[in-house]
Amino acid sequence: MEQKSLFSVISPIMVGPSSSHTAGAVRLGLMARNIYKTDFKKVKFVLYNSFATTGFGHGTDKGLLAGVLGYSVDDASIKNIFEHVIGIDYTYEYIEDISRHPNSVDIIFDDKMTISGDSIGAGEIRINSINGFNVNLNGTYDTLLLMYKDKPGMISTVSDIIQKQKVNIASLHCDRDSKGGIASMYLALDIPVGEDVVKKVQSIEDVFFVTNIRKLK
Amino acid sequence: MAILSFSNLIEKCISQQKTIYEIAAEEEAILAETEVDVVRLKTLENLIAMKDAIKNGLTSKEKSISGWCGDDCAKLLERYKKGHALFGKIFEMISAYALATAEENLRMGRIVACPTAGSCGIVPAVIVAVSEDRKIPESEQVSGLLTAGMVGLIISNKVQLAGAVAGCQAECGVASAMAAAALAQMLGGNVPAVINAAALALKNILGLTCDPVCGLVEVPCVKRNVFLAIHAVTAVELALSGIESKIPLDEIVDTLKITGQLMSPMLKETSLGGLAKTKTAQNLEKDLYKQN
Repeated sequence: MEQKSLFSVISPIMVGPSSSHTAGAVRLGLMARNIYKTDFKKVKFVLYNSFATTGFGHGTDKGLLAGVLGYSVDDASIKNIFEHVIGIDYTYEYIEDISRHPNSVDIIFDDKMTISGDSIGAGEIRINSINGFNVNLNGTYDTLLLMYKDKPGMISTVSDIIQKQKVNIASLHCDRDSKGGIASMYLALDIPVGEDVVKKVQSIEDVFFVTNIRKLK
Repeated sequence: MAILSFSNLIEKCISQQKTIYEIAAEEEAILAETEVDVVRLKTLENLIAMKDAIKNGLTSKEKSISGWCGDDCAKLLERYKKGHALFGKIFEMISAYALATAEENLRMGRIVACPTAGSCGIVPAVIVAVSEDRKIPESEQVSGLLTAGMVGLIISNKVQLAGAVAGCQAECGVASAMAAAALAQMLGGNVPAVINAAALALKNILGLTCDPVCGLVEVPCVKRNVFLAIHAVTAVELALSGIESKIPLDEIVDTLKITGQLMSPMLKETSLGGLAKTKTAQNLEKDLYKQN
């Protein structure tokens, strides 16, 4: 069991009313922003189950939008976020799907990247999938995420680059759609790596997407 | 080594001749790889945010998105202005501060989740009201909040503090136990008195369900904050007189967890039972969907 901080019970400082439906929504948005890392023109939120049915009264819609725009959970202007957004096309869809977590969302940027996540209580979140690939990111670690053509040796090539930076890998996970198909790998790191590392990983043959995901505050 | 039980905590306090807040700050400093002073400073930041929320809540009548709540604190203050309070100044202040914070929360104001947003009014109301009345210095308030944090942390290591997992006993109930611990500490209680205060508060709120109308953190959550803040004070009065909880806090927490497991899912934040299924709640729900 990973030891919990005292501040897991006396924080976050946040705008209300719900740690799961408001602060959790902002944090899901922030994580999605950290993953996509691109100035977007268009964002669509698909809210599931309790997020869909009680989200209106909890400001979940506002929280998600504020998150993808980089607002922190305690920003008082989240309440009036719709008045602050200029030049971004944002839409919401509401779906009932019991196969999904009660507080679940898909965040779709520019029709290009779909990031799915859940708000699991007390403001804690987890990102479950990125463009259909299974991940498990909760924002507590700086994480290097890459997608590549499945082939032998990729783990050692990547970990070799990271090891040369003297950065400790806290955990490493891989997934793939089929043998020799598209694979994903993410590494939780004790300290963040620089853009030079991202570039090095990007230059590995058959790697087609790399992102350096900063942990949430 | 993490402190996983209250018996473990008491042992550590006795063997090292330290208070709960000292152990709490030291443990957190080790975990966060920082200094005790930094932990206390971060705690102070939370305390200041709590005070800001109270201040904002005391002067606002703005309603929540649903329009159901938001103007009750003003009503309470109006009554007190006329000198109607039954139990005196501290009772007035605790009630008003708990309501002010909980209302600030539902109008999307800035609050501190303690332990959750739905139960955010309880710990601040007790710490701030008593400190103002008794002129307790800020550093002792920080010690109180650290004590509350240690109690909440040990409980949360055993049971997830979410209405969906164990009902409201795990949210407002735990907040009340945290508030009781903070207050007992600030009033000079020793380690057993602090733990007993938390135990008495938690023991007498076991079984509290989570049945919010339409799933919103409003009915009955907002006013419940007032009741559970006062509940904490009752526990402290008993504990400081030397009254002990016959059942130790560790066993009460285990009971809370088991009671949560025994509780029907309909009473755990799903809004499928309890107050959420009353005729009035169903009418409120219809009105809300019209508005949405």
